Amino acid sequence: MKLLEQGAPPDGWAKAAPIPQNILEQAGDFIRITLIVAELEVRKLAHDATDLVVRAIQPALWLIIFGQVFTQIRAIPTGDLSYIEFLAPGILAQSVLFISIFYGIAIIWERDLGILQKFLVSPAPRAALVMGKALSAGVRALSQAVIIYLLAFAMGVQINWNPLALLGVVLVVFLGASIFATFSLIVACIVKTRERFMGIGQVLTMPLFFASSAIYPIAIMPIWLQAIARVNPLTYLVDALRTLMLRGELDMGRISIDLGVLMIVMVVMIWLGARMYPRVAM
Amino acid sequence: MALIEMNQLTRAFGAFTAVKTLTLQVHEGEVFGLLGPNGAGKTTTIKMLTTLLEPTAGDAQIADLDVVKQASMVRRIIGYVPQLLSADGALTGYENLLIFAKLYDLARDSRAARVREALHFMGLDEAGNNLVRTYSGGMIRRLEIAQAMLHTPRVLFLDEPTVGLDPTARKNVWERIQDLRRDYGTTVLLTTHYMEEADALCNRVAIMHRGECAALGAPSELKAALGGAEITLDDVFAHYTGAELDSGGSYRETARARRTARRLG
Repeated sequence: MKLLEQGAPPDGWAKAAPIPQNILEQAGDFIRITLIVAELEVRKLAHDATDLVVRAIQPALWLIIFGQVFTQIRAIPTGDLSYIEFLAPGILAQSVLFISIFYGIAIIWERDLGILQKFLVSPAPRAALVMGKALSAGVRALSQAVIIYLLAFAMGVQINWNPLALLGVVLVVFLGASIFATFSLIVACIVKTRERFMGIGQVLTMPLFFASSAIYPIAIMPIWLQAIARVNPLTYLVDALRTLMLRGELDMGRISIDLGVLMIVMVVMIWLGARMYPRVAM
Repeated sequence: MALIEMNQLTRAFGAFTAVKTLTLQVHEGEVFGLLGPNGAGKTTTIKMLTTLLEPTAGDAQIADLDVVKQASMVRRIIGYVPQLLSADGALTGYENLLIFAKLYDLARDSRAARVREALHFMGLDEAGNNLVRTYSGGMIRRLEIAQAMLHTPRVLFLDEPTVGLDPTARKNVWERIQDLRRDYGTTVLLTTHYMEEADALCNRVAIMHRGECAALGAPSELKAALGGAEITLDDVFAHYTGAELDSGGSYRETARARRTARRLG
C-alpha cells in the first residue's frame, strides 16, 4: 500500500460516492440508503431478537385477558363482530403504535453514542436516513403482526387469509410504524434527552391510543373525543387493519381513504423529520 | 497548499461563544492537532468542519468546498471519528464496516475485499466476526478509524482519538494514524488534551483557549519559543491556557466523557 507516491488512492479521491445527477439517480440513491439503514436494523435483530419476544407479551395480555373479559360481558356494541374480532386489529394497531412511539429513545441513544453523527457526516440524504429509520420500525412492527395473527387465529377470529389482504396488512403496518416512529424521532430532535423524552412519550401514547377506535367504536365516544379521533392517524390505521384483517367484503372505497390519509401523513412526517434530524446532533 | 481553511470561524450557543473568530489553515498531508482544556472549543470546531453544526459567523472550506453551502460535497471527502463511541455494539466488526461501505456506495464487486483489507490494516482480522460489544477499547477505536477510512477520505477528523485507552492501546492507535498518513496521504485533524499525543503525532498544533487560538506552530517551535531545553509541551500548554486547573467542561460533558471511558475500559 504505497499510495502516496501516486498522490491519491488507486480509484482517486472522493470517487467513492458519485453525486446523483438527475431525479432518477436521486430516487435510486434515496431508496438505496433507506434500505441500508433498514438492513442495519435487521442485522441487529438477527443477532438478538429477545426484545421482539418481550414486546409481544403486552398485546398478548390485551387479547387474552381484556379481550376475553369484554367478549363475555358484551359491554361494547360492535355490530356483527364479536368483541374479540373487533379488538384483534385494534391490538395490532396498538402494538404498531407502542413499538414505534418510543423509537426516539433509540435515536437519542445513538446520538449519545456517536453512531448517529457518523451517519450525518456521510453523504446520505437526511430524508433517506429518516425513511430508513421508519422502515426499521416497520420491520419490528411486522414481527408483532405475525404474533398477533397467530394469537387471534388461535382465539377463533375469522381471519381473511387472502394474499392480497395480507399484503395490504403488511403495507398498512409499515405505514403506521413509519408515521409513529418518525413522529417519535421529531419529538426526540426537540427534547434531545432521554429523561425528557420518557415523560413526553408517556403523555403522548395514552391519548393517541384512547382517542382512536382501537378498543371501542368511535360512535360511543363523547362528541369532543370523536372529533379528536377523526384527526388521529391511529384511527385510520385501525380502520384499515379492521377492513383487511377480518373475513368479509373488502370495502375498497374505505380502504383507499385510509391508505391515502396514512400516506399523506407519512410523507409530511418524513419531510419534517428530515429537517429536524440534524438538530439532534448539535 | 491549504486543504482546510477557517476564516473568522465563530459559533455561539446563546450568550456563550464556544469558538471565536478562529482563523487557521491545515496543509495537505499533515497531522494537525487542536489542543486545549475541556470547553476550549475543539469539538465545536470539528463539528463545524464536519458539517454537523453551522457556524454563526465566518466560514470554512475543505479542498475549496464551503462546509455550509457545499456540505454534501464536503461529506464525500471527509471521514469522522467522534469523541463518543460510534461503533455499533450489536453488530459484528465486519458488519459495522460493511454498512458504511454500502453507505458510501463503494463498488459492489470490491466491497467485501475492501472491508477485509480495512480489518486487516487495523489488525482486526480475527475479531471481524465477533460482536463489537465484546471488543476492547483499543479494538473499538481501531474499528472506528477503519470505518471512517473505508471511502479513502482526503481529510480524517479524529475527536479525542485515545481518550480512555490504556498506554499500549494508545500507542497502537498512534501507529495506525501514522500508517494512514504514510500509505494514503490522508490529512488528519485531531483534537486532544494529551500533550504526549500531540508531541508524538502532530506536525503542527494550535493551542485553543476559550474558543480562540492562543498559539500555533510545530511542537518543537512552541517549545523553543518559551526557551530552555527543559521545556515540555505541557509547559507550553500551561503557559497559554493559564494552567487553569478546572476550566469549562459541564456536568453533562463530564458524565459523557466518563461514560465513554467506562465503555472503552
